[in-house]
Amino acid sequence: MTDPSPPPGTPAKIVLSGVRKQFGAKVVLEGLDLEVGRSESLVVIGGSGTGKSVMLKCILGLLRPESGSIRVDGEETIHYSRGDRERLLRKFGMLFQGSALFDSLRVWENVAFGLIQGRAMPRRQARELAFAKLAAVGLGADVGELAPSELSGGMQKRVALARAIATEPEIIFFDEPTTGLDPIMADVINELIVKCVKELGVTALSITHDMASARKIADRIAMIYQGRIIWHGSRDDMEHSGNPFVDQFINGRAEGPIRMQVRAL
Amino acid sequence: MDFLAAIGRAFLIFLESTGRIVLFALRALSHCARPPLYLRLIGRQMIDIGYYSLPVVGLTALFTGMVLALQSYTGFARFQAEGAVATVVVLAITRELGPVLAGLMVAGRIGAAMAAEIGTMRVTEQIDALSTLATNPLKYLVVPRLIAGLTMLPLLVLVADIVGVFGGFLVSVYQLNFNPAVYLSKTWEFLKVVDVVSGLVKASVFGFFVALMGCYHGYHSRGGAEGVGTATTNAVVSASILILLSNYLITGLFFSK
Ligand SMILES: Nc1ncnc2c1ncn2[C@@H]1O[C@H](COP(=O)(O)OP(=O)(O)O)[C@@H](O)[C@H]1O
Ligand SMILES: [Mg+2]
Repeated sequence: MTDPSPPPGTPAKIVLSGVRKQFGAKVVLEGLDLEVGRSESLVVIGGSGTGKSVMLKCILGLLRPESGSIRVDGEETIHYSRGDRERLLRKFGMLFQGSALFDSLRVWENVAFGLIQGRAMPRRQARELAFAKLAAVGLGADVGELAPSELSGGMQKRVALARAIATEPEIIFFDEPTTGLDPIMADVINELIVKCVKELGVTALSITHDMASARKIADRIAMIYQGRIIWHGSRDDMEHSGNPFVDQFINGRAEGPIRMQVRAL
Repeated sequence: MDFLAAIGRAFLIFLESTGRIVLFALRALSHCARPPLYLRLIGRQMIDIGYYSLPVVGLTALFTGMVLALQSYTGFARFQAEGAVATVVVLAITRELGPVLAGLMVAGRIGAAMAAEIGTMRVTEQIDALSTLATNPLKYLVVPRLIAGLTMLPLLVLVADIVGVFGGFLVSVYQLNFNPAVYLSKTWEFLKVVDVVSGLVKASVFGFFVALMGCYHGYHSRGGAEGVGTATTNAVVSASILILLSNYLITGLFFSK
């Protein structure tokens, strides 16, 4: 194992310790520890169903962990009231795994949603800002008037990205931003994420099992397995981590310590 | 012994979900008192429930009034009481059939749509997305529907009352050869304010239940398309049962000896 803290000099933005979450008898997070430094881009890799999305939702308060501590900017958030939670969520932007665009609203209204509802910005001003954000992710004004269901998967991801950055949050979560996209569109999204993170100076926590994406957007990488972070280190360390789990995962081998639960149906 | 255990388990599950539903309703209602209220959304729901349900509710009421007149005429003829047709039609429509049938129709039309829409938003993480965009999903999705259900059903039922009585009038005058003036005066003669008011109170309660069941089952649906389908079914069935149950209780409140 490498040094458990982020690079020295960067005070931690988010600190999880001993986070435990279970659904019924099924334990998903089993005492998970993780630190995300200010303005760093941390990527968490891990197989499907290992609790990556659950981890993000615990930090956002969409799910409540059974025990453990989640601190944001040094403040314990586990027992936040609803009012505190709403104030906290203003710091966050989230790109959902399935984009999660509101299909009853037009594209620009989706992007402007956080501005109009959350920040009480006048509609006209929010609309202009929304179109600027859409342009920033490479979508023209004509797209703004469409319904989300009229867009391709890649375009939906870009709209979701524009929505996540529209309120200029301090922290952005990207949940499998490239899953389900063709390699070229995946790289477009990666470039956009890198650009957003660098330009806005945000703290980014991303989840992926796409190694090309991880290598591109990460400063630091952590690997989750069986509800715990089993390894973390810089992007370059990953290639020769000496950790058999990491080696198996980043090289995509069926043989190794990670046993897939393959059941005959 | 297993049999008793099964009954006990079912009863516990029933109590638990009743508790959950009551809590859900209270949490949603507590949001009605706190700004912001989403007036645009409330308006849109009111149009959806009130205006777009008019055809189906009107049609139901019209045929119900017509068949009531026909049935009571042929039934009452057996003991020479045909004169009571007008009174029977207006009392049955305003006190019972108007609110109950409108409630059941709206449960099928609106309750199902609410459960499907909110359920889809749940399983596609749109409800989580609302939270991350600093918007309370209960306030944004549930409160407007509850308010619209509570306020629009009485208006629908008022229309249903008028259309239903008109249906009875049509059949009586054109098919059964009643004198129109006499029929109308008979309609008014025994009608009391409480008959109409009790129907409207019922309508308000039914509208609330339909919206509550649609929202509750949609909000807690999971497991993809299948889960949304289950939520839709549960919303309609539970709303219908609640309508029939509360109909009996409210009737007892208004008209018990
Ligand atoms: N709301 C929930 N209720 C029950 N089980 C859940 C829920 N959300 C996630 N799970 C379970 O938790 C596990 C981890 O899910 P998730 O975090 O979505 O995986 P991934 O790492 O692919 O993002 C899965 O086995 C899933 O079935
Ligand atoms: Mg996931």
